[in-house]
Amino acid sequence: MSEKYLLVSAAPHIRTPEDIPKIMYAVLIALIPVVIASVYFFSLLAVKLIVVCIITAVFSEYIFQKLRKKNTTALDGSAMITGLLLALTLPPNLPLWAAALGVVFAIVLGKQIFGGLGYNIFNPALLGRAFLMAAFPALMTSWTLPFNLDAVTGATPLAQMKFAQSLVAHQALFLGNISGSLGETSALAILIGAVFLLLKKIIDWRIPAGFMGTVVLLSGAFWLINPEKFADPLWHLLAGGLILGAFFMATDMVSSPVTRKGKWIFAVGCGVILMLIRFWGGLPEGVMYSILLMNALVPLIDRFVLPVRFGGKRKNSV
Amino acid sequence: MGRINATPTGKGYTLAKTFQGGVHLADHKEQTASQPIKKAPDPQRVIIPLSQHVGSPASANVLVGDSVKIGQKIGQAQGFISCPIHSSIAGKVVSIQSSPHPAGASSLAIIIENDGTNALDEGIKPKGDLSILSADEIKAIVKEAGIVGMGGAAFPTHIKLSPPLKNKIDAFILNCAECEPYLTCDYRLLLERTDEVIYGMRALMKALGVKKGCIGIEDNKPEAIKLLKALPEKDKDIEVVVLKTKYPQGAEKQLIKAILNREVPLGKLPLHIGVVVNNVGTAYATACALKQGLPLIKRIVTVAGSGVAHPQNLEVKLGTTFAEVIQECGGSNEGVEKVIMGGPMMGIAQATLDVPVIKGTSGILLLNKDELALEEANPCIKCGRCVDNCPMGHLPLYLGTYGEREIWEKCAELGALDCVECGSCTYLCPAGRPLVQIIKLAKQKIIAEQKKKKK
Repeated sequence: MSEKYLLVSAAPHIRTPEDIPKIMYAVLIALIPVVIASVYFFSLLAVKLIVVCIITAVFSEYIFQKLRKKNTTALDGSAMITGLLLALTLPPNLPLWAAALGVVFAIVLGKQIFGGLGYNIFNPALLGRAFLMAAFPALMTSWTLPFNLDAVTGATPLAQMKFAQSLVAHQALFLGNISGSLGETSALAILIGAVFLLLKKIIDWRIPAGFMGTVVLLSGAFWLINPEKFADPLWHLLAGGLILGAFFMATDMVSSPVTRKGKWIFAVGCGVILMLIRFWGGLPEGVMYSILLMNALVPLIDRFVLPVRFGGKRKNSV
Repeated sequence: MGRINATPTGKGYTLAKTFQGGVHLADHKEQTASQPIKKAPDPQRVIIPLSQHVGSPASANVLVGDSVKIGQKIGQAQGFISCPIHSSIAGKVVSIQSSPHPAGASSLAIIIENDGTNALDEGIKPKGDLSILSADEIKAIVKEAGIVGMGGAAFPTHIKLSPPLKNKIDAFILNCAECEPYLTCDYRLLLERTDEVIYGMRALMKALGVKKGCIGIEDNKPEAIKLLKALPEKDKDIEVVVLKTKYPQGAEKQLIKAILNREVPLGKLPLHIGVVVNNVGTAYATACALKQGLPLIKRIVTVAGSGVAHPQNLEVKLGTTFAEVIQECGGSNEGVEKVIMGGPMMGIAQATLDVPVIKGTSGILLLNKDELALEEANPCIKCGRCVDNCPMGHLPLYLGTYGEREIWEKCAELGALDCVECGSCTYLCPAGRPLVQIIKLAKQKIIAEQKKKKK
């Protein structure tokens, strides 16, 4: 030992085995049940969209970082999450070129342009979807019924309610036998993955609890006032992309607040905006916009919502 | 109360107390926890630094060529916050020179060659029974014995025993948390020399005039808890408080919060809320100073880590080099990357093994690559783990970001000076960011700036 140099650095000398790729791959693992459900309902359409989105995400991250002469993080799992999450929010019969374009937008303009992972303000996958909604509104709102992929264009349950005042049964919503985007169909599949992430403490329970709790409270209040006109809280919980958004997108570490109190505020804000859109907006669904809008408020929340200091109150903001 | 969790202890389920935040660490104590303390043979030569405590270094009162005896005072305390230094062996002063110091850089040290006589200094004799000694006499004995905080901080104990009159001390805590991984020196001391430790604790309580005594101990030490709970009837006034095993439970402020539910206000000391905390080793050293008249010239050192052939707790004379201590434990294994004095969370990495064991050397750890953190730092992903688990309620991620950009005023605003440097943030960071390291630097910069302004 004496012939060898000893390493000298400041304490602490030990570290958690957890690192960024481990967190990202855990999220990917948690999404496996959703992927299986989407393939079950939409077979080859789902496979094609998911594969194209993931591959495009990894390659666009790699190429952008190479162009900027930076070390590549394309395989740390975060780009794959963006690709997969975006795929799961798309209508099953969206042309593959449109999906790929959305992914490139998400990775390059949603994430890398800010400096890469950790610096982005918005959830990249949702930003990609917002771009597609703006660019190709018709393609993005033509839906397919599960198992019947060729002909039928079925309106989503939320659109049916909004524009035709008809309710899809709760059970169909829970299991996923409804028309909708790839990943928002089966609440059951999403919950399996969510439990895994909660147990591994990768997502904070406060965000889905605050988000969905607000939705239940608000929709419940309106339902009690007028059950003829408004759907019940459970229906609102299960319909659309709420569960996927609450567990997998609002919980994105980079674009959500760092303090526990801040997370509550963020989550409740998401719920309020979502219900405003679902009740009075021009669109049937608003999970995407509710999260994106609250993403924009995160720097503000982080600036003013501070943890309680040990031994005294903090007077300054960040 | 601090936060309470039901945790199994030696006697079925009791409620273990704790504090907000912190981290659960793999404790690695199994390497040494079950082995009795072994006495190391006296070294041929000792290197005794004149600075082994917080405060001004002592000044040598022997000359090269002088003969010294075991326990003889060889360094005189200088100023209010300082401590005397004593010889740990009998022999001849061969040199007084600048030598490598385990706390970094170099410091003036007295080097003594052992003459094999083991002659004791004449002043070393029992100081009389605790019942007849007054508080002031105990303080004087502690001061003369050069006793410091033995948990690693090495703050002179006599200062802690002399709080300003306006601060009424009403509680004494014996710190047996030992929350750093690998270290078991306090645990073994408590287990094997219980009577001395309790005697020392009573002496410290008497010096402070305190009636309420608590022993704070983590629930991963069921043997010691059982032993303490079975203390004789006369010790029933000392309360044994079982704490949840969590880092940094042994940090003074967190310990007081967990046991007494009192919070030390920002910028204040435990004495401002009427509490004094001392470590097991400090109580033991106090007992030795009273019962045998022996100043602080030896201590228990945990030698552990996968790089040590035979990990164990050694009772070592101060001034023995790390190299000799490691040799005594069968030498080192292949692949040692780092040698640390203290625990792996707050200990100090060593550049050489020629540094001596000093008063604050609680452990010598030899760690290999697998046990260490050697990855590169990545950008923060704002996971918030440093925030959720900071025991002081800080925002380490922003302290790190501002510090990286050298915006020290912002670090000051965010409370960098109140950081206890436990390292939980760096430990937890999945991006491998050196958060506490940046905060330590920020503290230095902020203090330097404040000094500049005063001038």
